[in-house]
Amino acid sequence: MKVYNEMKLEFLSKSQNESFARSVVAAFVAQLDPTIEELAEIKTAVSEAVTNAIIHGYSCNTGNVVIVSRIIDNTVEVEIRDFGKGIADIELARQPLYTSKPELERSGMGFTVMETFMDKVEIESLPGEGTIIHMTKTIKTA
Amino acid sequence: MNIGFEHIDRLLIVKINGDIDHHSCEEIRSKIDKEITLKNPKSILFDMEQVGFMDSSGIGVLIGRYKLIANNGGKAAMTNIKPQIMRLCEICGLQKIIQIYPNKKQAIAGVKEC
Repeated sequence: MKVYNEMKLEFLSKSQNESFARSVVAAFVAQLDPTIEELAEIKTAVSEAVTNAIIHGYSCNTGNVVIVSRIIDNTVEVEIRDFGKGIADIELARQPLYTSKPELERSGMGFTVMETFMDKVEIESLPGEGTIIHMTKTIKTA
Repeated sequence: MNIGFEHIDRLLIVKINGDIDHHSCEEIRSKIDKEITLKNPKSILFDMEQVGFMDSSGIGVLIGRYKLIANNGGKAAMTNIKPQIMRLCEICGLQKIIQIYPNKKQAIAGVKEC
């Protein structure tokens, strides 16, 4: 029988919620008994995606960020959605060191970090409608 | 966010306590820059012993401070980095511009030699 669990979290795009969001996902994933390293990787990837939603999705505005996370057997799926301005050129945004806000001292490594720490990262985005980041990672020790 | 500063000759040691993310990085940046302006150190050492989490926002802050110090001919170094944060630093190639030392004593000696 397949193991299945799901949770949904919705919060305002305030930077104070970045720590809250990654901690909630980490607590949900903890039921798979991941290693400290696996947990740190998931927390970092979630933090990158939530930060992108706040800085780039909503920019100076406030909106909602929705996280849906699922556990299917020993695989974690995390979907992070904003309803902000969207990404015009996804391939450009994925390039290491690319940042659309160089004035903010951003490293431009957010997507590279997500791609390195998770097994799979997919981006869906429509200008004017928002962005969804889908990430999956299999917990090896589960 | 509690940030401790220590000065040894013209080396500024910055001890950050807590998570480094987009939310905390503005405060970290402003406190360090204020200390640099006040004390005009030649080099900077980040002691990461009390940092349990960092994402790429932290990389931006560290590189930004490195640039400030390097523009005046100084060096930047880091020490006591937790393994999960070390991986992030490696992915971002941080060790190519900021020297990483296993402990504070070696870091102080290493930076002073430069």
